[in-house]
Amino acid sequence: MLSSYIGYYSLIIGLISSLLLVYFSLKNFKNYQFLDIKILSLTFLQFLFVMISFISLIISFLLSDFSNETVFNNSHTTKPIFYKIAGVWGNHEGSLLLWLLVLTLFTLIFLLKTKNQPLKYRVLTTLFQQIIIIGFFIFVIKTSNPFNYIFPTPKEGLGLNPILQDPVLAIHPPILYLGYVGSSIIFSSALAATALGYISKNWASHIKKWVLGSWIFLTLGILLGSIWAYYELGWGGFWFWDPVENVSLLPWLVLTTLLHCILALEKRLILTSWVIILSISAFTLSMCGTFLVRSGILNSVHTFANDPERGIFILIFLFSLIFISIIIFFFFHEKNESTNINFFWLSKETAILINNWFMMYFLSVVLIGTVYPIFLDVLTSDKISVGPPFYHKLIAPFLIPFLFMMAIGPRLKWIKSNIENKVHLILALISSILITFLIVKNFNFNFLINITVISGALFLFYITLRDFFIKKNRSNSQKISHFGFSLLILSIMLNNIFSNEIITNLKVGQIFNSSNTKITFSDINQKKEKNYKSIIGNFIIESKNGKTEKFAPELRIYNQPNIITSEADIKTTLTKDEFMTINVVQNQDYFNIRYQVKPFMIWIWLSVILISFGGLISFFKKEYEK
Amino acid sequence: MKSKFFLFISLLIFLIIFFIFYKGLQKSNIYKPSVELNNKIPEYSSSLLDLDREINYSDIFKSENYYLLNIWSSWCVPCRAEHDLLMDLSKNKKITLIGLNYKDNINNAKEFLNELGNPFKLILVDVDGIQAIEWGAIGVPESFLIYKNEVLKKYIGPLDKNLLNQIKLLIE
Repeated sequence: MLSSYIGYYSLIIGLISSLLLVYFSLKNFKNYQFLDIKILSLTFLQFLFVMISFISLIISFLLSDFSNETVFNNSHTTKPIFYKIAGVWGNHEGSLLLWLLVLTLFTLIFLLKTKNQPLKYRVLTTLFQQIIIIGFFIFVIKTSNPFNYIFPTPKEGLGLNPILQDPVLAIHPPILYLGYVGSSIIFSSALAATALGYISKNWASHIKKWVLGSWIFLTLGILLGSIWAYYELGWGGFWFWDPVENVSLLPWLVLTTLLHCILALEKRLILTSWVIILSISAFTLSMCGTFLVRSGILNSVHTFANDPERGIFILIFLFSLIFISIIIFFFFHEKNESTNINFFWLSKETAILINNWFMMYFLSVVLIGTVYPIFLDVLTSDKISVGPPFYHKLIAPFLIPFLFMMAIGPRLKWIKSNIENKVHLILALISSILITFLIVKNFNFNFLINITVISGALFLFYITLRDFFIKKNRSNSQKISHFGFSLLILSIMLNNIFSNEIITNLKVGQIFNSSNTKITFSDINQKKEKNYKSIIGNFIIESKNGKTEKFAPELRIYNQPNIITSEADIKTTLTKDEFMTINVVQNQDYFNIRYQVKPFMIWIWLSVILISFGGLISFFKKEYEK
Repeated sequence: MKSKFFLFISLLIFLIIFFIFYKGLQKSNIYKPSVELNNKIPEYSSSLLDLDREINYSDIFKSENYYLLNIWSSWCVPCRAEHDLLMDLSKNKKITLIGLNYKDNINNAKEFLNELGNPFKLILVDVDGIQAIEWGAIGVPESFLIYKNEVLKKYIGPLDKNLLNQIKLLIE
């Protein structure tokens, strides 16, 4: 009750301080001697008030204060404390408040960390940032207020969606948001730098940290979401090309490209237009993601709220930001690139540029696959859904030259490189093709694509691995990340080729026999927990070589809200995952059994961790080591 | 000036995208099958497995006869188990069996029928699973008993001896 009031009025004060900040920034911008101390303190106050608001929402959840509509809709007294707190951002209103909190925090950090940047640039960035913040404040207060009051106070809440009651998913949104919101700083700062003509090597090396930071968080956020989908949704895959997964991939692709362009800009003052456009699109695509997820315009497993009013608000806000950025880009951007602008064909920047174009291609494939159904629906009322084959067919062939450039690029020098001493590259290429041929030859499907993609990945694997031993101390971060990427593609490909699955319906006591596996459904147990009942099926799986293993996949029937979830039983080893789920078949005593063997599953997760670890090293690298 | 031109083009493109998204918001995006169980059969057309033409559902079920629509697939293990029963049922003159081949590889489907026999008069092909949704099916196999353009009974999961006798009694 009280905490709702405190939270709501803190939000209002936060909005007022935003408006004040806009006023003071404009004033400070005109007469620029030194940073107005009011700007710094107001930014701090704003962060403080959003923090208070966020904490009051947490308190409302902890106390199960059902006079608050958000708490009523998403919590329940029998829920464990951990999920009461995680429930704060497990819903639309709370997650927006979290977004706002991170946004104000980052603005504050930006102001504190840029003491040696030009004043005008700092003030202008703050101004753009405040425009975004105001947009979000109005959005939260007007269409998704987390502190709505309901009377009479209900006795019990509706509960958190059980599939969201999961430790991984509890930290997935905050981490993803750190990535999304970090890109807002890149956006504002790129706009400010363009408007002031301050796109320079100095600017590049300062904004690089922000790009790296957001990129790391985004990578980890996507990874967590993917792990969750793997064991919780019970489909046995890790990436489904679901629209909501795609919209988190879009800013990731842009940020990855931006990361490489920033390097080129920092070293050679080239690719400035690339950097500006990518900085703008990284944030607008993050916003676009929010729009697509929150408005319910897409049909997806992640759709939270179907409220067109919210959708229209984000849509208008998003497009006003796009229009502002386009206008700033066209009117203020002057190419002040360095004089020796010509690219030598064999140089690091050419390699970066080529892979930029590949990245843009991947980006447009994912973008078209995601929004094309909406367009088609509006224009012709046809309903289509774009599935994995579309993405696989369009992306896989272009991965090959992409991987190749990834291996070659870092070995080239800036400006100009020689062809000498590249014999081992060709040797590595030939041997990787040979090895791949030996692996894949017994499997005749999609032979050509498999063999080429795997050899591409193997090639990158070799080259990066070899670099670890030969050139020490030079850009370890790049090596680790590229190595991780080769490992990722390798494990995905091998996982794809060697996975197999058995789907069948069994009754208790029945035995299923296939050529090399025997599944025995031995019995069923029931268990009662605090907020759910569970049915556990006990299975014995006997493989061809006589090895037996016990599996106990579970079905949970949650009481609040009444939802059935299936908990997979997964046995993870270094070489493979064995994955088993059960499902009820309606009105029958059959259970639908799904048993999958997925090789190298854990390597997919590990390689993504490796990729972001590379970024982390670069993030903490001291300036003088460069 | 060149850059002015690009400015207007990009503004125009984004404006169009804006309006399409805006329109998209007003549309409901939940795909609802047009019939529920115990209702009329759905209105839909489908391609056939061995003939190169489309057929309307209303043309399939038009005669005064019992029909059994069976959703099957070559990859579905229980389908294999119930197939003998379907072969048995197909000998009965009073009922016509219609197959709906669900999310299958056409060649595998044909092989399946070559191996175990073809009980179906017609086989509809449902590559993307939309038709199964139209029927309100949950999985494979499923069977629908149809009489006079109306679904009388729905059987989820494979048919067994008891269910088969039930069907035979019903159509007597």
